[in-house]
Order: sequence, then structure tokens, then C-alpha cells
Amino acid sequence: MSVVELKGVGKRFERGGTVALDGIDLTIEPGEFVSLIGPSGCGKSTLLRIIGDLVAPTAGTVTVNGKTAHQARLDRDYGIVFQHAVLYDWRTVAKNIALPLEMLGWSRAKRAARISEMVDLVELAGFEHHHPWQLSGGMQQRVSIARALSFSPALLLMDEPFGALDEMTRERLNMELLRIWQETGSTIVFVTHSISEAVFLSTRVVVMSPRPGRISELIDIDLPQPRGSATREDPHFFELVTAVRESLARGGAARAVEQDLA
Amino acid sequence: MTAPAAVEALPRGALARRVGHRAGDWLPALVVFVAGLAAWQWVFSPLAGKFLLPRPSAISKSLWDNHHVLLSAGWFTFKEALGGFVIGSLLAVAVALVLARWRRLGEALMPYAIAVNAVPIIAFAPITNAWFGVLNPHSKWAIAGVLCFFPVLVNTLRGLTSVRPEAIELMRSYAASELDVFRRVRIPAALPFLFTGLRVATVLAMIGAIVGDYFGGSTLALGVQIENSITLFDFPFGWAAIVVASAFGIAFYVAVVLVERLSLRGTPSTSD
Ligand SMILES: Nc1ncnc2c1ncn2[C@@H]1O[C@H](COP(=O)(O)OP(=O)(O)OP(=O)(O)O)[C@@H](O)[C@H]1O
Ligand SMILES: [Mg+2]
Repeated sequence: MSVVELKGVGKRFERGGTVALDGIDLTIEPGEFVSLIGPSGCGKSTLLRIIGDLVAPTAGTVTVNGKTAHQARLDRDYGIVFQHAVLYDWRTVAKNIALPLEMLGWSRAKRAARISEMVDLVELAGFEHHHPWQLSGGMQQRVSIARALSFSPALLLMDEPFGALDEMTRERLNMELLRIWQETGSTIVFVTHSISEAVFLSTRVVVMSPRPGRISELIDIDLPQPRGSATREDPHFFELVTAVRESLARGGAARAVEQDLA
Repeated sequence: MTAPAAVEALPRGALARRVGHRAGDWLPALVVFVAGLAAWQWVFSPLAGKFLLPRPSAISKSLWDNHHVLLSAGWFTFKEALGGFVIGSLLAVAVALVLARWRRLGEALMPYAIAVNAVPIIAFAPITNAWFGVLNPHSKWAIAGVLCFFPVLVNTLRGLTSVRPEAIELMRSYAASELDVFRRVRIPAALPFLFTGLRVATVLAMIGAIVGDYFGGSTLALGVQIENSITLFDFPFGWAAIVVASAFGIAFYVAVVLVERLSLRGTPSTSD
């Protein structure tokens, strides 16, 4: 059974009349690591929200774990990291991470154990009792990553989670994310603007083009697992990076031609 | 062994400097206050006539001579204000929760709430006096309560509904119920707004109680005492009563600010 199945999905926003997505067909199998890449405004965030049943599509059907997206949300089948860290100011770092655990009814002791695990994972030990506004942007985003991972959802929707981080932290969290992905066998849908990050992490890259948001190409990333520093030196890694870059350029070029004709 | 002493000496110096700094901050305001009192005593009072504008010295003498009566009258009126404040604010919070939950209703009623908020509600004081009876404290509760109701309602509702959409989306991703969204997101997010409304309400409650007294009330009430003293041309007593009313009003306001500081320790606006 596929984890995510999108058939002819479209989204037109009433306000502004933007066609954010059009004719999206995408099937994601269990254990896949799929990256969405494309120019700003091509509907990546909207697509994640549609999978998460946070935005209703105006066309097509969405199936998650064989159920409607709505039922999957009610079953808490996924964890989400938004493009901008969404933290509750009145909760400390520890309590922000614990929020989904509270919602799931975990005991205090179980929550405390998981919080300290998560805080170590995102290297925020010592900041448990700080409030979000006392953290830097990158630290805030790490809290929201820890929160999404805290309840080990089988499906992770991540919207540019590492965008605000420095290169070193980003590479380390890339490795951690791959480790968690492999250990838990979870499925990840990942939005990024970095071509090399998409190629390094993914089993498949979805290249999108804007106005209206469409999938222009699916590129299989057949690099050996597990990925590591050797991956970045693999000649095939560079070939795939070039393939994604050219695909993105074609998306842009095709649009430029359309605009010329219009 | 010498290190701790050295370490201690430094903060002590720093503390002294900080206290000195704080005193320095207050000095200009203090100078203005003293200068204002002096001008009142020796310039304005003689100009206006000591009878119509009593000197600060005469006011303080009246305050001292009548402090027993004035303080108990102040307490009486403060209780009238507090009653209205509690009732008006509780009702406002309840209505704000209902309007935030059923947004359609909120959108239909909000324009009226904002419009009424701009009406000089204090004009209704004689009417609440007539409804509940001048001697009945409920008449003062009513006018103070109505005055408190609108600013608390408008502010609380704004707080409950101005949460970032992603903050609600995240809760929805956890399949949170509407109750959970209110309990864990909307209400905590609205608290700073609620306190803004409550601070305004303390001032309005005192105004409501005192002006309510002006239109008739128990002789134990401060507003009635101010009224009577002016009728009897005892201006120093009237001014002393106003000083007492101000003191109670400021104490009320400060009490709410302290509760706000305590309950909002975790938010950026109140602690740094
Ligand atoms: N709530 C909304 N109301 C109206 N239009 C919206 C809304 N959200 C997104 N859009 C529009 O939909 C389009 C796609 O937006 P989306 O946020 O999905 O893009 P994105 O690919 O995530 O871009 P970025 O890389 O900049 O984050 C944009 O044109 C945007 O203006
Ligand atoms: Mg986006």
C-alpha cells in the first residue's frame, strides 16, 4: 500500500485566484525519501499541506496510508515541520517538544525521557527551559524538527527544515535525519531549495515548475545506501546534481517560451 | 582565597552603580513633581484664590485630619469598582470566547461592540442608579461593569483570533479538538491582550463607581463625600478625597499589572 497517492490534484486559491497546483499525480511508497524542489511559489508548501489535510485540494484525490487524508490526520499518521518555525511563545523548548506527546497522552516520565533524547539530537541541551524568543532562528527551527520527530510518525512532511541553519549544522542534521529514516523505516516528504541536499538525501527528486504548479520531472536517485561523506564525492552524485539542475532550468525555460508566446 | 572577595566586590560596585543609575532615572520626574507642587502652592493657588484652588498644604492637612473617614470611604468605593470590574470582565471574557468559537456570530456583533465602546457609557450612570436604587451597591456594580465590559471584550477577542494560522494548523495536524486549540493555543495567546483590557478596565471601574456616586449613593462612598464637600464649599476636603480616589485607582492598576507580570513570565513583552 502506498503511503501517499495523489491523483490529478489541483489547488486554486479563491483569494487572489492563484492556481497553486494543477494536475499533480504522485505516488510515494513506504520507506521512500522524496524531495520536492522547484522555484519559489511553485506550490511545494501547498502540496505538503494538501497531503497533511491542512488545505483542501480543489481537484483530484489524496490518499494517505490507504485512507483519506482527513482520516490519516485524525489518526495522527504524520508529523510536520513548517517552513517557518511554529513555536508557542508561552511554552519552553522542552514543553514545545512535548506538545504532540501531551496530545497523545504520554505519561510525564515517558515525555521527560523523550524530551532529553530529542534535545540531545538537535544539540539544544541546556536550553530546555528557554522560551522560543530567547533562541536564534536556527535554534527555533531545530526545536520544531525535534517536535516533529518526537512521536516517531511513520510519515514526515518537512518544509525546508534546514533552510535557516549554517552549513555544518545542516550537514550534521542531514546525517541524523538519514539515520532516523533508516532506523525507523519512515517515509519522508522533504521540501528544499538546495539541489545537492535533495540529491544527497533522497531516493527520488520531484522537480516542479511554477504558474501553475506542476511536476515537470521525477528523477530517481540511485546512489548507494547508506549515504555518507563518500556519497558527496561519488561521480554519479555530480551527474545527478547536474540532471536536477538542468531539469529545473528546462522548467524555467519552458515557462519563458510560454510567456513569449502569450 | 582572595578570589571570592574580589568577585564579590565587583557586583557590589555594579549594584551600587545600578541603584545610582535608577535614582538618576527618577530624578527628573521627581524634580518636576516638587516644582509642580511648589508652583501650585505659591503661584497658582494665590492666583486662582485659595478658596477655589486650595494649596497643597491645606489639602494635606485635610487629608491628615480626615484620613479615617477618607480611607474607609475610599475602600467602600473601591469595593463598588471591584464588583463591577469582576462582573464586567468575567462576562466579557465569556462573550469573547463564544464569539471567537463561532466566528460568524463574532463578525456580526463585533462592529456593534466597537461602536458601543466609543459611546460615553458613563452617561448611563443615573439610569443604573434608577434601576437598582441609589443606595444599592449593585447600581454602581452595573455602571462600572458595563464600562469594563467593552474594552475587555474587544481586546480579548482580538487576542483569541489573531493567532498565526500555522499555530492552528500544527494543532490540527495533531488532530486536536476545538477545545484543545482554545486551551493550548488561543487562550494562552490571548492573555497579554486580556491584561491590556483589564488595565484599562481598572481605571474605568473607578470612574464608574465615583461618577455613579455623584448621582446619589451611600454617604459612606467617596464620590458622595466629594459631592457633599463641594456643595459645602469644603474644597480642601474635596481635593483630599480626590487624592484618596487616585491612590486607590493607582493601587488597583498596579495590582493588575503585578498579576500580569506573574502570569506572563514566559512572554517576551514582560520580562527581559
Ligand atoms: N493561503 C493562501 N491564499 C492565497 N494564495 C496562496 C496561499 N498560500 C499560497 N498561495 C499561493 O500559492 C502559490 C504557491 O505557494 P506555496 O507557498 O505553496 O509556494 P512554495 O513552492 O512553497 O514557495 P517557496 O519556495 O517560496 O516557499 C503562490 O503563488 C502563493 O501566492
Ligand atoms: Mg514554501
